[in-house]
Amino acid sequence: MSFLTIQGLSRSFGGLRAVDDVTFSVEKNMIKAVIGPNGAGKTTLFNLISGALLPDSGEVVIDGAPIQGQAPYRIARQGISRTFQNIKLFSHMSVLENVMIGRHIRSRAGFMQAMLRSPGARREEVEIRDTSMDILKLLGIDGLAGQEATSLPFGKQRIVEFARALATEPVLLLLDEPAAGLNMYETAHIADMITTIRERGVTVLVIEHDMSLVMNISDEITVLSSGKKIAEGVPSDIQRNPEVIRVYLGEEDA
Amino acid sequence: MIAKKYIPVAALVACIVLFQAVSSLTGREYYLTQLTMAAYYSLVILGLTVLMGFTGQISLGHAAFFAIGGYTSAVLTTLDLSGAAGNPVVKAASAAGFAAASKDAYGAGTLVLSPWAALVAAIVITVIVAFLIGIPILKLKGHYLAMATLGFGIIVYRIVLGASLFGEADGISDLPPFPMPGGLAVCGDPARRVENFYIAAVLVVAGVVLLMNLVDSRVGRALRSIHGSEEAANAMGVDTSRYKLLVFVLSAVFACVAGVFLTHFNGGIGPSEAETMKSVSYVAIVAVGGMANLWGALVMGVVLNYLSLRGYFGSYDEFVFGGILIGIMMFAPEGLLRMEALRGLAGLPARIKTMFGAKNEE
Repeated sequence: MSFLTIQGLSRSFGGLRAVDDVTFSVEKNMIKAVIGPNGAGKTTLFNLISGALLPDSGEVVIDGAPIQGQAPYRIARQGISRTFQNIKLFSHMSVLENVMIGRHIRSRAGFMQAMLRSPGARREEVEIRDTSMDILKLLGIDGLAGQEATSLPFGKQRIVEFARALATEPVLLLLDEPAAGLNMYETAHIADMITTIRERGVTVLVIEHDMSLVMNISDEITVLSSGKKIAEGVPSDIQRNPEVIRVYLGEEDA
Repeated sequence: MIAKKYIPVAALVACIVLFQAVSSLTGREYYLTQLTMAAYYSLVILGLTVLMGFTGQISLGHAAFFAIGGYTSAVLTTLDLSGAAGNPVVKAASAAGFAAASKDAYGAGTLVLSPWAALVAAIVITVIVAFLIGIPILKLKGHYLAMATLGFGIIVYRIVLGASLFGEADGISDLPPFPMPGGLAVCGDPARRVENFYIAAVLVVAGVVLLMNLVDSRVGRALRSIHGSEEAANAMGVDTSRYKLLVFVLSAVFACVAGVFLTHFNGGIGPSEAETMKSVSYVAIVAVGGMANLWGALVMGVVLNYLSLRGYFGSYDEFVFGGILIGIMMFAPEGLLRMEALRGLAGLPARIKTMFGAKNEE
């Protein structure tokens, strides 16, 4: 059975069918890309998987367990982490603190232990800090640890978001346009990082407009247009798919 | 690292001792009375800072929690139980040391609940009320939340003003002293000014240390992440509704404890403590203190409350706090004593130097 199965997922906003009866699956340890023109419903699809939106109908099944309809924080606790297309870092917090939030679901100290700084809470704090620093080092941004996250340049903020998502030790990582606004060097860096974490056993679902990135890293591609799945397959097939070419060129003509 | 964090705490303790020493040596111990009151009010402000500044949830009803604390203690420690001495509950309470017999002003024997038992009861009631109010209203955001908390504050004010149990417009007076270990007591006796100042100071230091620890912890980061982006916090596995509710309850307990002790210190409480204007002044002080700045809130809490209590603002008191709030919201909505702004200030001499340095080179 597939690791992630999306079955007949639909969601409308008023009269607009943003995601319309979408069905596909992702195998464990695979990098799958979701592409499509603007307004195809890609981000809505991510919001449905991560619980930020409730589906009108359909199922999202992880490892055999349906997760649709659960609160986002519950879905996150099952190892599903995400980044946001329009970056949502925590303001007034350092880069390191942002990434430390990623360790929230892997730690347990409550109000009392935190206020009294119990030995358990202090031990946990050391673990949270060390693990977060390791992730910053892995991504090559440990030099920025003490800076305020939202004051960084755009490209660096994307990497911090990526680091924050990684800190949760996800089994499934949802990346919403990880290369948007990045230069070529940064894009290549992100591509490296995505393949690195896949090697560590993480399954990745990625929305991306940068076609060279998509074709390079993904094992499979699902194409959405106007909320519907119009194609699915390996990158070389998708590149030759006449329907996909029509949708993309048609969009550019308009 | 830990040592560095506690430098401000050491400075605070030094300030406390210094104030006491100077006022005692110069024969002006009466200043300590208002300073003690200001210290209790700043406990409310510290709790509110964590709710507002760090978690981003406003409350225009915190005077209500202060009043719930103060009035619960006032009612329970002045209610004469001797008529009900045969009641098994009263018997059990007095056997457990929760109630003590004493004599009233006319020499008649009375049996009243011990202030410690009243404190526990006040905290329990506050926690219950904060949960019951918090569950529905914390689903609201921004000015909707502000209006809901305002409504809650007004309801509590009308209740204490209207109910004979709470003494209506007169409030409740003649509270017994609150006994502390070592023969100390929280009370308004001028001979006990110094010890009362220190009792309040110890509570404030304890409060600020607890909240400092909280802010810089797993829980504190979760609270601050809610302020930054509730959606992203949720996506990181933070149960934002639960954390908002718990921090609301925590800040209510701070207000309640302040209410209990200040009421014993003053020997009574009146409905003005529950007034909306009180809540507004707490919010204004959190704002001038820098919103997410415990030290700024503490300094401003003590200074502004002290000035207000000494009557420096005269009959313009409400204008001052209302004006502060309007000014902050217009010109510095993120708070006045922000850490970033202060750091900018610290870099000012260096900037001026480079300005002059550049001039010399030209």
